[in-house]
Amino acid sequence: MATIVPTSRPKRRQVSLAEVLIERAIQVTGVSGVLLVILILVFLIREGVPAFFQVPISSLLMTRWYPIEDYYGLLPLIAGSLIVTGGAAIISLPLGIATAIFIAEIVPDWAREILKPLVEVLAGIPSVVIGFMGMLVITPLFRTVLDIPTGLTAFTGMVLLAWMVLPTVVSVVEDVLDTVPRTYRDAGLALGLTHWQTISRIVLPAGKSGILTAFMLGIGRAIGETMTVMMVTGNAPRIPRGPLDIFLPIRTMTATIAAEMGEVAQGSAHYHVLFAVGLALFVITFVVNLAAAAVVFRSTQRAERMLS
Amino acid sequence: MKLPRQVSQRIAFGFITLAAVVVVLPILYIIGYVVVQGAGAVTWTFLLEMPRDGMKAGGLLPAILGTLLLTVGTALIAVPIGVGGAIYLSEYAKENAGTQAIRVAIINLAGIPSVVYGLFGLGLFVIFLNFGTSILAGSLTLGIMTLPVIISTAEEALRAVPQSFRLVSTSLGGTRWQTVQRVVLPQALPGVITGIILGIERAAGETAPILFTAVAFFLPQLPSSVFDQTMALPYHLYVISTQVPGMPIRIQYGTALVLLLFILSMNLLATLIRRHYRKQRVW
Amino acid sequence: MERPELKIRIRDLSVQYADGTESLHEISLDIYANQINVLFGPAGGGKSTLLRTLNRLNDLADVKKQNGDVLLDGEDILSPDYDVIQLRRRLGIVFARPVPLPMTIYDNVIYGLRLAGIKDKAQLDATVERALRQAILWDEVADRLGDSGYDLSGGQQQRLCLARSLALRPEVIMLDEPTSGLDPISTFKVEQTLRELKSEYTIIMVPHSVQQAARIADWAAFFLQGELIEWNTGSRIFTNPQNSRTEDYITGRFG
Repeated sequence: MATIVPTSRPKRRQVSLAEVLIERAIQVTGVSGVLLVILILVFLIREGVPAFFQVPISSLLMTRWYPIEDYYGLLPLIAGSLIVTGGAAIISLPLGIATAIFIAEIVPDWAREILKPLVEVLAGIPSVVIGFMGMLVITPLFRTVLDIPTGLTAFTGMVLLAWMVLPTVVSVVEDVLDTVPRTYRDAGLALGLTHWQTISRIVLPAGKSGILTAFMLGIGRAIGETMTVMMVTGNAPRIPRGPLDIFLPIRTMTATIAAEMGEVAQGSAHYHVLFAVGLALFVITFVVNLAAAAVVFRSTQRAERMLS
Repeated sequence: MKLPRQVSQRIAFGFITLAAVVVVLPILYIIGYVVVQGAGAVTWTFLLEMPRDGMKAGGLLPAILGTLLLTVGTALIAVPIGVGGAIYLSEYAKENAGTQAIRVAIINLAGIPSVVYGLFGLGLFVIFLNFGTSILAGSLTLGIMTLPVIISTAEEALRAVPQSFRLVSTSLGGTRWQTVQRVVLPQALPGVITGIILGIERAAGETAPILFTAVAFFLPQLPSSVFDQTMALPYHLYVISTQVPGMPIRIQYGTALVLLLFILSMNLLATLIRRHYRKQRVW
Repeated sequence: MERPELKIRIRDLSVQYADGTESLHEISLDIYANQINVLFGPAGGGKSTLLRTLNRLNDLADVKKQNGDVLLDGEDILSPDYDVIQLRRRLGIVFARPVPLPMTIYDNVIYGLRLAGIKDKAQLDATVERALRQAILWDEVADRLGDSGYDLSGGQQQRLCLARSLALRPEVIMLDEPTSGLDPISTFKVEQTLRELKSEYTIIMVPHSVQQAARIADWAAFFLQGELIEWNTGSRIFTNPQNSRTEDYITGRFG
């Protein structure tokens, strides 16, 4: 008895040409990710490596960044990025964990429906708008409250950056809290622990690696931020000498590129050094994000082993 | 001194609430402040006229148009490649070293700072391919920057579709592409579209990638081809707030408000789509 | 008794998955045309794997090793250049959980035809009615073919899935615990349907209970942990099992 679909040659599969083309196209787009990373790396190297030939390494490691007079010391820029990023990460982590706990564990469901989208809205606000508001509202505020000569400081950058990075941290910590099995919490409550004790002694430690991931992703995002820091940190390349120096202006690698690239002559030493800074940023964020992904990978493996 | 447990909890939760308030309240404050300060400036003329008097008066039309053009350009590049890549990862690729490499690459792309994308765009599109500072170069740069976001969210949406549907389609004589086209993709579409909107939204608000690839501050005419430079809202806001002395504050806030409205309306659209289709789902 | 016509011959079939579990170990079995061939036994016996190997649905899973022959009407269906698409139209399958596709009842039934490129409205309409009648569902849904497949009850959804397979007019219909989760009346209806269908189709079924197997099997094969323990006509295997393990399972000493 024949099936409803007759075929002349039942052994050979007839594949339409359109389908073959579509599947080829899909394969190409699939590998596009790898191709693009390589392409980006290639161009950064192409334009950045000449810097090492035009400017001796020793002078790149100096502490003075003043391209007009051929001073290409990268240290102040690196220090600026590290300090602002580090400070932002340190501020954002406890705030992010607290907010995630607040949203996931403490508030009633209806409030959660409002708060979660609200935090996501923060993620959508363009950095230039945050920088704008920071410049007009926050810097005068810090200037008066902290009694400092100008509100354009590393500290201002840290605070705003921390705040911008929060949605990332909050969402990762929320996932962490979600993943910790119900049974852990129930066990805690059954043992007579209060809600807070269950969270602080059982749930959070269980989600340690997730919190580490949140920290690293926060750093990754903060390092790459450009517009906000450009608008509120004062853009003065300097190496801080003490902790109180965070209340002075500073400059990050990202801001340097954004501010100066428009004015350089193509092919000049300045031009190549800026690309080299970009290359350094590429490598740093690559390492940080890869490390964060590795932590996630290892923890999911551990979780799978535990639950299987 | 050891506090009774209930008191410890109350203190801890108090701090947590305080922290959460510190985080959440400013969000409302920023938006509210910009709305209040800028609403006065946003009139139909503001939106639809060309600027006058060195930007200190008149309208935002070229900046708004520029942002729209760049947004469309970004979508044209990021959507086909992004959705295609997501389909590949979700439906076709076997889990091996090759796909691991692709995933690592995408994680990497997602983490690259936006200013570095700007450098890349400058090096490749503006200089090497000689497109010059143009809408084309800017769209390509923004499109590549948006790619990892779209691939990730689209892949997640595709993977969420139950395997049982694929099994049924295959058992009735469907090829892999037929199954994707007729069952998986339509079911994943709301999630895919949400991801696209959120990705595009982010690209629309970015300044650094277009700084050296697409924008100029003052252009007397609207762009007429993709090889033209353009103005754009984020860049415009940056310049008028930092580099133009005597710029009326109202116009600055008005520009910020227009940008914010543009972004937030996309956010709202994505959220509404997500909510609506979640209710309709049969799985 | 004369042997009925041979439809599928399985010889020394072994299937091992990538995670190391060996699902089938050197199975040899014959499936007869226009009979209800039952594969029964406790969970993990390899019955579902066998069904999915027959229509090569297993190609989608992580299969590490597959040895042996499966001959459908004398042709080796495991060979790599065999037309699997056509194979899946000849061997329909109904799964344990009803899985309507997210579309209307009408579109569900003709989905397989659309995949094959059949567009003629008259043919599609006729097929819908024929398939739904054969699945004893037509009277209940004829006036609401535009409703979603998910608007139906569990038993109706399962019959819809059966109609969906029947629409392609396969030669063999495989059913993997089709009545698990159904109430007794729906179960009765499905069993009734199968008895009527065997005159036109070859049926392979995994029952959800020994009693169901005993009720409807013409031929029955007992599977235990990937091995075929015993295989005989329905009447013989349930009244007089030759192997002690078969007997233990049938009498409920283990399960």
